Amino acid sequence: MILIGYGNPGRGDDGLGPAFSQRLAGRALSELEIDTDYQLVAEHALTISGHEVVVFADAEIEGENPFSFQEIAAGAPEVLGSHSLKPQTVLALCETLYGAKPRAYVLGISGHEFGEVKEGLSEKALKNLDDAEAFFLDWLSERTCTNGVVPDRVDS
Amino acid sequence: MTEPRMIEISPVTRVEGHGKVTIHLNAENEVDEARLHIVEFRGFERFIRGRLMWEVPVIVQRLCGICPVSHHLAAAKAMDMIAGVDQLTPTGEKMRRLMHYGQVMQSHVLHFFHLAAPDLLFGFGAPAEKRNIFEVLKEQPELGKRAVLMRKYGQEIIEATAGKKVHGTGAIPGGINRNLPLERRDHFLSNVDEMIEWCQDAVKLARDYTLENEDLVSEFGSFPSNYMSIVRESDGALDLYHGTLRALSSTGDTIFDQVPYTRYHELIVEDVRSWSYMKFPFIKELGPDVGWYRVGPLARMNTASFIDTPLADAAHKELKAVTSGTPNNSTLANHWARMIEVLHCVEKIRELLHDPDLQGTDLIAKGDRREEGIGVIEAPRGNLIHHYKVDEHDQVTYCNLIVSTTHNNEGMNRAVKDVAVKHLSGKEQITEGLLNHVEVAVRAYDPCLSCATHALGQMPLQVELFDADGGLVDCRSQCI
Repeated sequence: MILIGYGNPGRGDDGLGPAFSQRLAGRALSELEIDTDYQLVAEHALTISGHEVVVFADAEIEGENPFSFQEIAAGAPEVLGSHSLKPQTVLALCETLYGAKPRAYVLGISGHEFGEVKEGLSEKALKNLDDAEAFFLDWLSERTCTNGVVPDRVDS
Repeated sequence: MTEPRMIEISPVTRVEGHGKVTIHLNAENEVDEARLHIVEFRGFERFIRGRLMWEVPVIVQRLCGICPVSHHLAAAKAMDMIAGVDQLTPTGEKMRRLMHYGQVMQSHVLHFFHLAAPDLLFGFGAPAEKRNIFEVLKEQPELGKRAVLMRKYGQEIIEATAGKKVHGTGAIPGGINRNLPLERRDHFLSNVDEMIEWCQDAVKLARDYTLENEDLVSEFGSFPSNYMSIVRESDGALDLYHGTLRALSSTGDTIFDQVPYTRYHELIVEDVRSWSYMKFPFIKELGPDVGWYRVGPLARMNTASFIDTPLADAAHKELKAVTSGTPNNSTLANHWARMIEVLHCVEKIRELLHDPDLQGTDLIAKGDRREEGIGVIEAPRGNLIHHYKVDEHDQVTYCNLIVSTTHNNEGMNRAVKDVAVKHLSGKEQITEGLLNHVEVAVRAYDPCLSCATHALGQMPLQVELFDADGGLVDCRSQCI
C-alpha cells in the first residue's frame, strides 16, 4: 500500500496532506510506503502502478466533517491541468499507461485557512489532522484483520 | 448589431496557477481589448522578511510546486553573495548545475507532453473532450510512457542533489551540502544515452510541428519584441545557471550585454497597472512603450550566441535558420525552443556525470559577510531574480523577486490581444474552441501564476459573458 500526501505547507492548511503523510512516515509502518509531494503529477501514475492499494491524502476546503474517506475510481476529466491533477486522473493515467488498477481512496482532511502565505496549520486543522490519523490507523488495523475488506466511504 | 459584451476565461487551464482572461467585444463583435489578469501572490516578499538567511533557500521553494528548485537555487546564489562567496568550489557549482538541469528538463517535459501536446496534436479548435492527454495517449501511448520516465529521471536527479523531492536542502549559502555518490552516478549514467535519444525525438517532434505549420506559427501570437536572458560571460553561450545579462531588440541589435546581473535594477523598471496585480517590467533606457521584453526558452534561443553541447547546438542553428539568424518572434516557436533546452540539459547532465568533481569533498566556500545579495538564474520559464538584504542578526529585511512570468507579462498580454483580434473578432458565436486559441497563446509561455491552493474543491474553469451593463449573459464552466 502507498500513501501519497500532497499540498503546499507554505499555504497554511493546504499543508494538511504533507503533514499527514509525514506523521505516518514517522510511525514507520512496514506495510505502508509513504510519498509526500506538492501536488499530484503524471509520474505518480507510475508510482502507484506497483501497488495494490493507494491512499491520497489532501486538504479539503471547509469540509462538513473533520475528514472524509472514500473509495474512488479512475476518471479522466475533460481538461487535464498539471496544477490540479486529481487522484481520479492519476488512476486513469495509471490504467492507460501501465494497465494497472490499484484500489484507491481519498482522505480529505478539512482545512479552514488557505489564502495566506504562511507556515503551520490552523488549530481546527490540527484537530482534524489528529482525528484523521486516529481513523486511518484504525482503518489500517481493521484492514489487516479483515484481509482487506474495508468500508467504501466514511464521513466522520 | 449586438450590445457590447465581455467574455471572461477564469481560470486559464493547463497553466500553473490561476489567471483570468477578459475579452471585451464591441457592438460589431470586434475585439476592443483583451487582457490577461494574473492573481499573483505578492505576499511572499513580506513572508520572507525576518527569516534567517540560512533558511531562505529552503523556504522559497514553497513559492511554486512545479519549479521549487529554481527558487531554491536563485535564493542560494543571492545568499552566496551575502556570505561573501563569489566563486563556489568546483563540486559546489557542478552539483548545483546538475540539480538545475534536472529541474529544467522535468519542467519542460511536463509542459510539452502533458499540457501543450493536446493542442498541437489535435488542433486548437478541437472539441474539449478530445483536447487532453488521454486522447494523446490513445494515439501515441509510447510518447506518454517516455514523458513519464523523462520526468522521473529529472526528479531523481533533483532528489539526489537536493536531498529530497520536496523542500530539498542541497544548496546552502556558499555551496552545497552533499556530493553525488558513485552508485547514484552510475544509476543516472545507465539511462542517460536513452534519455538523449528520446530528447532528440522530442526536438524533432517540436521542430516538425513548427515547420509543417509555418503559416499558423508565423502569425499566431507573433509580434516583434525585445528579448533578455543571462548568457555565459566569456562567450555569450546559453547558460541556464550563471552568466551576465544580455538584451537584444527584435532585429537582433544589442540593447545591453555583459552586464553583471547584480546591476539588474539599473536596467529594469517595474511598471504598475491598475487592472493587474502583477507588475510590467521594461528596459529603463527604452521606456515602457517600447522597452518591454520577453524571457524564456525562445528568448534564450534568440539571445544565446551558441549552445555548448553539440546536439542542442545543431538544433539551435536549425531554429535560427528559420529567421535567417535574427530573433524569432513567434510565440509558438517556444515549444521547439523548449525541447532544444531539454536536449541541452540532458547533454550537460551526461557531461557532468563523467566529471569526478561531483564526488569531491570540498563543498563550501567562505568569504567576508555582506548585507545584500542578488541571485539570478534562467528558470524553465525564463529569467528569475532574487534580491535580499539582511541585518546584523542574519535576518532578512528586504526581499524583491522578479519571476519569469512577471518579465513576460506584457508579452503574454500582447499575445492574448493578437490572438483574440485574429481569431475572435467578427465571430457571432464565440465557441469553446475559439476561446481555447487564447489559452494556447498563454500556455506557450508556460506561465507560473504563483501556485495557489489546490485542495479538494478546486475552482472550475468559468467563462462568463457579460453585457455592457455588467449583466451575466452566458456562462460556461468545466472541471479542471
